[in-house]
Amino acid sequence: MSRRQLDRGSPHLPGEGPGDDAGCTILHVDMDAFFASVEERDQPELRGRPVIVGGAGARGVVSAANYAARAFGVHSAMPMSRARRLCPQAAVVSPSHGKYGEVSAAVMQVLQSVTPEVEPLALDEAFLDVSGAVRRLGPPGEIAALIRQRVHAEQELTCSVGAASTKFVAKLASTHCKPDGMLVVPDDRVVEFLHPLPCGALWGVGDRTEEALKRLGLRTVGDIAHTPEAVLRRELGQALGAHLAALAWGRDPRPVVTSTPDKSIGHETTFDRDIADPEMIRRALLRLSESTAARLRATGQACRTVSVKLRRADFTTFTRSRTLPEPTDGTQKIYATACALYEAAGVERQRLRLVGVRAENLTDAATAPHQMTFLDEHGQAQRETGWTEADRAIDRVARKFGRGAVRPASLVRPEADAEPPSTP
Amino acid sequence: MKFRVDRDVLAEAVAWTARTLPVRPPVPVLAGMLLDVDERLRLSSFDYEVSAQGSVDVDVEEPGSVLVSGRLLAEITRSLDSQPVEISTDGSKVTVACGGAKFTLLTLPAEDYPSLPDMPQLSGAVGSDVFASAVGQVAVAAGRDDTLPVLTGVRVEIEGEKVTLASTDRYRLAVRELTWKPQQPDISAIALVPAKTLADTAKSLTSGAEVAIALSSETGGEGMIGFEGGGRRTTTRLLDGEFPKFRALFPNETNSLAEVQTGPFAEAVKRVALVAERNTPVRLAFSQGELVLEAGTGDEAQAVESMEATLEGDDIKIAFNPQFLLDGLAAIDSDVARLHFTTSTKPAVITGKPGDDGGADYRYLLMPVRLNA
Repeated sequence: MSRRQLDRGSPHLPGEGPGDDAGCTILHVDMDAFFASVEERDQPELRGRPVIVGGAGARGVVSAANYAARAFGVHSAMPMSRARRLCPQAAVVSPSHGKYGEVSAAVMQVLQSVTPEVEPLALDEAFLDVSGAVRRLGPPGEIAALIRQRVHAEQELTCSVGAASTKFVAKLASTHCKPDGMLVVPDDRVVEFLHPLPCGALWGVGDRTEEALKRLGLRTVGDIAHTPEAVLRRELGQALGAHLAALAWGRDPRPVVTSTPDKSIGHETTFDRDIADPEMIRRALLRLSESTAARLRATGQACRTVSVKLRRADFTTFTRSRTLPEPTDGTQKIYATACALYEAAGVERQRLRLVGVRAENLTDAATAPHQMTFLDEHGQAQRETGWTEADRAIDRVARKFGRGAVRPASLVRPEADAEPPSTP
Repeated sequence: MKFRVDRDVLAEAVAWTARTLPVRPPVPVLAGMLLDVDERLRLSSFDYEVSAQGSVDVDVEEPGSVLVSGRLLAEITRSLDSQPVEISTDGSKVTVACGGAKFTLLTLPAEDYPSLPDMPQLSGAVGSDVFASAVGQVAVAAGRDDTLPVLTGVRVEIEGEKVTLASTDRYRLAVRELTWKPQQPDISAIALVPAKTLADTAKSLTSGAEVAIALSSETGGEGMIGFEGGGRRTTTRLLDGEFPKFRALFPNETNSLAEVQTGPFAEAVKRVALVAERNTPVRLAFSQGELVLEAGTGDEAQAVESMEATLEGDDIKIAFNPQFLLDGLAAIDSDVARLHFTTSTKPAVITGKPGDDGGADYRYLLMPVRLNA
């Protein structure tokens, strides 16, 4: 995420020293090279070496790289084969997601102890609104230092913290001071901080928009700021034009939101080699349905729509979805629907590279009205216990003994043991 | 082959027979309609599941049979002027002439056309209007989800003079009892008939006074049911599978009985349901003398309406899918609806108020929507 901003030049600092940080109550906390740092911490022999975390298989992708590896041009989302060519001496470590989740939870707890107003963006970054903590813990700059010190003391990991009056500037500030730094951008220095930055630093500017801006001769944020908004709206569209005009002057009205409801939950997996065998595809769908349904249940949600994503060996990709008569959080229902979608997609016996299962149209399982039935999903009289209870029991076992302690018999096989790299 | 027939008679028979033409014929000849003339004209269509045969009186000049595109023949006969139609074969072509219009159609190989299944042995007969309305009342509750084929059927149970029809989609159950005239007084039979086919068939056989029903014996190979009335006969394959034991689903005792004017109640449900977003229910609160209907929640649009109702027993608050409720109210065919409740999480029974025309022979069991939080 921070890569493209790091790539783009380095604006001069808005001056050293504490400055007036009174209004800078939005903090952006970002762990430095999170996955790689965790691995370095736990495997001392890696220290001082370039470290790449990611799938080691033929089609592995870089999940994270430490700064030593980044110096060679390695960055996340890069194919592992390319990363290895760029940096042959790097240590490649398979990701251990369970561990990152635990460390992340511990870090989030530190943040929660500062203020309940925490908006986690990912495992390794979060926004905080500390305006309510100032009286108790001191000005934002001190709070930022406290967070950095506590994270380091408790986790032996470094993080970078940006502080400003808006989310957008706070995030730029943390990116700017990485690694192991902090930067407070007071309100009266925002323009000075922002304007020398390249356009690409603005939130919402991707390659396409950057091209469009370049055609207008706009290279820095300052250039955008001094372009009439009407011109931006005309050239870039109403919404984007207005958005950039506001950001360029440091205006970002987004508040820190402690929980944004998920729009969908899903998992997908890329096979090490393309697979045509429908039995193996179904097993993959079962594994993905299991993790998707488990996350639904863990977050107290149910989905009305199930979709599958199927990518053929030639990269043509299909998405098929079906809306169910009633919301579900059950592994079996999601799996059965995913299989039906796969069978109806007309790619049976064709070689697939990737499959994914996604739960969409989410509702709150506990508060949503529930249309009751006399018969279960198979048209049989309702029994006291069924798949719902089995799912709950599996969840409880998983909480105690870890994911995969109980799993469908068809997934208890050597080749199914290796958890595929999954993306939320 | 050559015959003459009145256009209206022909068009009606062709249109009825064409209903069974497969939309995507598995083999090309099934797109055809077979015209067979000896003393009368017999029109046949078949899609391997359902067969239809209509016969009409015609002036026969020369007997014979021919297979033509059913869809095309139906469209042509529908749009002809109201004048006598003459149909004749000329080599491998068929000519349809009416007034100044003349059509020449290609024929399909009649020798390849499958023979229609035989009508099973006659089992009994029922008044065609009673049958059509009974089937309509029940088929509304049938499932449409092909993943549960058993629930897409209407269960037909025959016990002597009594016929029971039932269907359910797991959310509601409709049961109708009627009497018929069996061939043998001690007949006992069950069948599971595809609901959509049964509803279409029952509706289309109201031209005769009675519908004869023919049910193949359970052991006699593939299950089949046949219907015949007003010169039309149709057969359909039965569904396999175990229909749920539906009688056990009705509550043994209820705590409240409400009576409401059916028409105004249905209108009120439709009104408040305007704010019920997808999958949200209408909430009903019955108390002595009053029914309050509500829909919508705090974060969205809301509606409330109150109306007169009588209540015996405990006050009750219960929520339903508005469409399921409306289906039941439309099906009871009575000016006054009776709603029997146990609790807000137990199914409610909707019936008509027993009157001069019976009304107690139909029951609609509806599962409520459970409100959480």
